[in-house]
Amino acid sequence: MIAFALSLTIALVSLAVALNIYRLVRGPDAPDRILALDTLYINAIALILLFGMILGTRLYLEAALLIAVMGFVGTVALAKYLKRGSVIE
Amino acid sequence: MNLRFGFPQPLLSFALLLVWLMLAGASAGNAVLGLILAWLLPLFTRAFWPDNPAIRKPWKLAAYALRVIADIVVASVIVARLVLSFRRSPRSAFVCYPLTLEHPLGITMLASTISLTPGTVSADVSNDHKMLLIHALDVTDDQALIDGIHKRYEKPLLELFQ
Amino acid sequence: MTFAAELIVSILLVTGGAFALVGAIGLARFPDFFTRLHGPTKATTLGVGSIAMASIVYFFSQGQSAGVTELLIMVFLFLTAPISANILAKSAMHIKVGIMENTRGKPWDQ
Repeated sequence: MIAFALSLTIALVSLAVALNIYRLVRGPDAPDRILALDTLYINAIALILLFGMILGTRLYLEAALLIAVMGFVGTVALAKYLKRGSVIE
Repeated sequence: MNLRFGFPQPLLSFALLLVWLMLAGASAGNAVLGLILAWLLPLFTRAFWPDNPAIRKPWKLAAYALRVIADIVVASVIVARLVLSFRRSPRSAFVCYPLTLEHPLGITMLASTISLTPGTVSADVSNDHKMLLIHALDVTDDQALIDGIHKRYEKPLLELFQ
Repeated sequence: MTFAAELIVSILLVTGGAFALVGAIGLARFPDFFTRLHGPTKATTLGVGSIAMASIVYFFSQGQSAGVTELLIMVFLFLTAPISANILAKSAMHIKVGIMENTRGKPWDQ
């Protein structure tokens, strides 16, 4: 049952990633693209967690934590660049 | 003496210790190292924390957190239904919310709560910290939304900070 | 691994995946930026939180060394999602992105 649920969830999240990439490519304005990137890294965390469960190892959790931290910093830096024209004033 | 060598931010120190133990695993050695970090880091970064700790009743935080977690689940179901109702387009609106909270940390907590709960994202706070601009996804009655937020979230936060 | 644990893990996993997908659909389908903001901040965050919870239950019921890194990831995501939504909304108001016609009220820019 878990194997099936894992495959199904990976399919769902992959579909979500595809939709995010659609918005990333299409997105009329820059904030739409940043939002798409933001959602993309959150979905990447989900995929890493699922991958770790398939392999039965907890090693990848550190990578997921790092992506969570760095992704947030990246989103804030990009949004701040849009608003102010520079990241560090 | 207390300001120079003590714990200027007790809650911050506690959070640091907790996160350290969760990251590195709970053992006696890690607890000692975590305690040293929890003591030194707030001391070194004291200049970046202009305000004194403002939460008077930390134990009330738990009840508030539980309520917010429950509301996040409800909120996501509501948003999911809106997203999946393909036929009608949402009636969105910008709503100005008058703040009674004054402390910056309180305003931050309220804004974050609003962003995570049903159909509303807090977009901006006015320069004098008196108004909050909220974007609501699907709303017809602005006043009901404002009253709901005031009763459900701002009241408990006000109690927390007094 | 007991049947109950398997059931809980499966339900959490599929719920999480469904919420992540709903957030992405919201991102892809809504007409203007501010409505698009709602899907990812709520649905996607809850989806990943649910998957992290499934991971906790899964490794715990397998009897591996119980860790709480997933819990840290979850807390961090729930703390940062509203902040990035807020700063994105601010920058969007600053560069004045298009807003759909039937929106009541106006964004301010200061």
